[in-house]
Order: sequence, then C-alpha cells, then structure tokens
Amino acid sequence: MIDRDQVLHVARLARLRLTDEELERMPRELSKILEHVEKMDELDLEGVEPTTHVVDLTNVLRDDVPRPCLPRERALAGAPDVADGGFRVPSPGAS
Amino acid sequence: MSELLRLTAAQQAQLIASGEVSSAEVSEFWRGRAAADDLGSYLWVADEAPADPGALPPVAVKDLFCVEGVPSSAGSRILEGYRPVYTATSVRNLEEAGAAVLGKTNQDEFAMGSSNENSAFGPVRNPWDRTRVPGGSSGGSAAAVAAGTAPWAIGTDTGGSVRQPASLCGIVGLKPTYGAVSRYGMIAFASSLDQCSPLTRDVTDAALMLRILEGRDPCDSTSLGLPDQIELPSAERLDGLRFGAWGLAEEGLEPGVAAVVRATLDRIEELGGSVVEIDLPSASRGISAYYVIAPAEASANLARYDGVRYGHRTEDFHDLLGMYENTRAEGFGEEVKRRIMIGTYALSSGYYEAYYGTAQKVRTKIARDFAAAFEQVDFVVTPTSPTVAFELGERTADPLAMYLSDYFTVPMPLAGIPAVSIPCGLSDGLPVGFQIAGPAFSEGRILDAAYALERAIGFAGVPVT
Repeated sequence: MIDRDQVLHVARLARLRLTDEELERMPRELSKILEHVEKMDELDLEGVEPTTHVVDLTNVLRDDVPRPCLPRERALAGAPDVADGGFRVPSPGAS
Repeated sequence: MSELLRLTAAQQAQLIASGEVSSAEVSEFWRGRAAADDLGSYLWVADEAPADPGALPPVAVKDLFCVEGVPSSAGSRILEGYRPVYTATSVRNLEEAGAAVLGKTNQDEFAMGSSNENSAFGPVRNPWDRTRVPGGSSGGSAAAVAAGTAPWAIGTDTGGSVRQPASLCGIVGLKPTYGAVSRYGMIAFASSLDQCSPLTRDVTDAALMLRILEGRDPCDSTSLGLPDQIELPSAERLDGLRFGAWGLAEEGLEPGVAAVVRATLDRIEELGGSVVEIDLPSASRGISAYYVIAPAEASANLARYDGVRYGHRTEDFHDLLGMYENTRAEGFGEEVKRRIMIGTYALSSGYYEAYYGTAQKVRTKIARDFAAAFEQVDFVVTPTSPTVAFELGERTADPLAMYLSDYFTVPMPLAGIPAVSIPCGLSDGLPVGFQIAGPAFSEGRILDAAYALERAIGFAGVPVT
C-alpha cells in the first residue's frame, strides 16, 4: 500500500508536480496496481537468478574512430530556450 | 487505381515491378487514402509525393519512430511539434528498400496503453465498429491497415502493443525476437522489451517487411539481426508440427473468443498438426512482473523530458526544479504519470529488491516455462486478446482492467521470444486474433505455420470502400 506522503515523496523524486486531484486519486490507484503486482510473491523464487536482459551479449564494443557529430545549430534547433550557442536554463539557485 | 485497395503490399510490389502500375501512381493513391482517413489513425500525412517513389508501396509509421524533419511526438503533448534530426534505422531500412513514409500514426502516449485512448491527440476508432477501440498502443497503425488507409505499417510491441491491436482490428501483427530489429530512433519506453514490429494485411507481407527490418545495427548494441534470411512463407500443411495451447481456461477469456480459438485448433489438426494443452505456471504472473519492469524502465527513459533540449517547456516557473516539475506535469498525460510514479516507486530505496528484483526473477521463471514448453511442442498458441474490441471509454476508469488486456501477450516479450497474431474469425461480428509463439529466432517457422493456417481460415478483412 502507498499513502499520500509516499506519493508526494515519489512525485518529488520523479520531478512531477501533482495537482490536488491527482494527489487525492493516486494513493488509491497505485495501491490497487501494486496489490496486483505483489501476486508475484505467490511464485517460488528461491534461488532464481534475475533476468536483466534477454539477449546474451556483454560488452559490445566498437573501434574508437573519430567521426563528425551533430552540428551545433541542428542540436539546438528543437530547444525551447537557446543562448550563446547553448541550452539556457533557469538558475538552480534562483527562488 | 482502387483495385490497389484489394491487394497486399507484396502484390502491389509485383505490379510495380512488372510495370503494370507506376510507383508514383501507387504513392499518390495511398496518400489520397491516408489523407481521407476519418478514424483518427494519422497524426501527420506526407503532404507531397516523394521525389523518387520506390519499388514498394509506402508505409505508415507509428508516431514514436523518429523521422528526420517530420513531426514525431510519440502521441505526447511534451513532444508536440518536435522534429527529429535523424531517422530511425528501421524506417531508414524501409526507405532504402523502396517504401517511403506515408504518414505518422496515432498511438497511446509513449506506447503506454491498450486502447489508443491515452493519445494526447485523441482516440482512434476501430473500423469494424466505430464505437470501439482499435487496441493499443499501435492503434493508429492497426486501424489504418485494417481500414485500407495504409497498405502496411510499423508499430512497436513492448507488452503486446502490435499483436493486441492487430487482433482487435483483424490484421496480422508480428513481434520479432528481441534484438532482431534495431531500436535506434525509436522513442524509448521500456528498453529491455521494446521491439519494432510489422502490422500487415497478411502473413506474406509481414515476412516481406521483417526481411527488410531485421539486421544488426552499429547504433544499437543490443541488436543482433536474424541468423537466416526470412523466406516468404509457402507451407500449406502443418504435418508433424506440435502446438501447445495455453490459457483457454482463463476466467477472463470471453466465451466467444474461446470458441473461435478452439475452432482454429481444430483447423491445425485438419492440416496435420497436433494440439496439446500446456501449462505455463509462471506466465500467469506475467502482468504483475510486466507492470513493474516496464514502468521502472520507463521512469528512467522519460527522465529526459525536462524542458531543456527539446519539446515542451512550461512558462510557469521560478527556479530550475519548478521548471522541471511543471514542464513534466503539463506535458505528460494521466497514464504516463501513473507509470512514472509506479516505476519510480519500484526503483526507490528500500523497495527495489521487493519489486524490481522480484520481477526480474519472475522474468527468468517465465523464460524457463517457455523453454520447457518448447521441449514438448514447436509452438505455443493462445488467444491474442481475452476479448474482442471493447467500447471507447469502457476501461479508462480502471487502469488494472486495461492492463489485463495484455494477459496473453506480455509473457513473450518478457522472455524475448517472437510471436505473431493472425485473424482467425469473428465473435459478435468483431475479429478474434490467434497468437503463435516460438523460440528465439524462429520467425521463419512461425510465419510458415501462420501462413498455412491463414490460407485454411480464409479470413476476409473489414469491407472497405
């Protein structure tokens, strides 16, 4: 089960502002989903190795060959706010 | 040109090759069809003919594939108006083979949904019954192919997002083995599951398209390609092949769907195959594991939408944190927020082992279930969806009910194995899908079996005009 305080904490971790309505609804909705998820515990998982990836590949490397990267103007073309050839963001310290 | 409507993509390619019809005529015909779509299938249609229409009919592309210079929003407000600076490898492969991009198709936002009702740009209607959903998340691609506004299409399948809409729209949907097709340029949802997948009118078109799509890509280090070139299917019989039927006793399975699937099992036997019922004891917990793994991976993948490099940025902020939080609150829809919350919770300190760690072990168990099954049988077969297409709005109030739509399709991507859905009949006048799964890299054999069955079934698509 997940309560209102936990929802607020997780929303902060996820960088999501929730409306009052969402904050009202989410504990109930998420708890119902987690309750279903917890049915996993009915299986005997003793000693079972976790699967992180279904493809049996490790350390796929390529030769380190220099090649042109995206031109700066194109990389910036979709940005909401651009200044001095970079992405402009509000100051982390501003209030 | 309207006779093109009745032809598969492969048949149209033959007409182009023989010179009976020009590629420009084919291209124009389909642009007209796509532009006239009234089901909500498309978010963007090419407004001019390609300079050099190729040897294949054009292809409808799910919105989450990046296409250079073409709006690619993954059905999300947060990427509205975004035009990528590069093209996905899968789309590039299609273009190089001669299939131009016809348009971008509607989808559930970031591929999260089973009904296409989570699109930020409105729902898609099912061409069999416009009051019903086409399935999801690749609902626009499925509806377009079924309604004859696209000759063929690509979508992505993470937990059933191609097979389920193919089932609900009465067409073919093929999810390849994980790694068969490059994921480069696919806007990521759950990276260990996502796979680019064809949606086509018949099994031959699915094989033709997979042949073009598959291959190792230096831009995706998890891509492997297929060991052998896909041949166009030709089997007429199923002699000696063993089919393991799973899930026919599930309580959520509609009786009408079960009846059509059982009739299909009889056809398998008529064609010389044998059918046994099998149990996949851990696969019944697939939904539980999937709704930890997919949201967990999504919560990490969607961290990139922060209002800095592309996409939407809020105007309502005082500092950096407020900019992030408000941008994401405004840009993401309800279901995407829900999944980000579930995923962040499941990965957060103190809960990781109980949720994500456990789900990964379930994943191992499901893969072992399939491995054990494939020692007894050549294929595992199931209904693709427990129900036929449901009414618009019927499941939107209950996320869990929506998730259960994926009951039969989720175990295969968790195990990384390929599966196809083919239409096998009607229940209450709506299409039923039959799913055939096989071991990793068995696409050629799956397609051959599906082809033999398709011929025996003789399914007629939705009457299009």
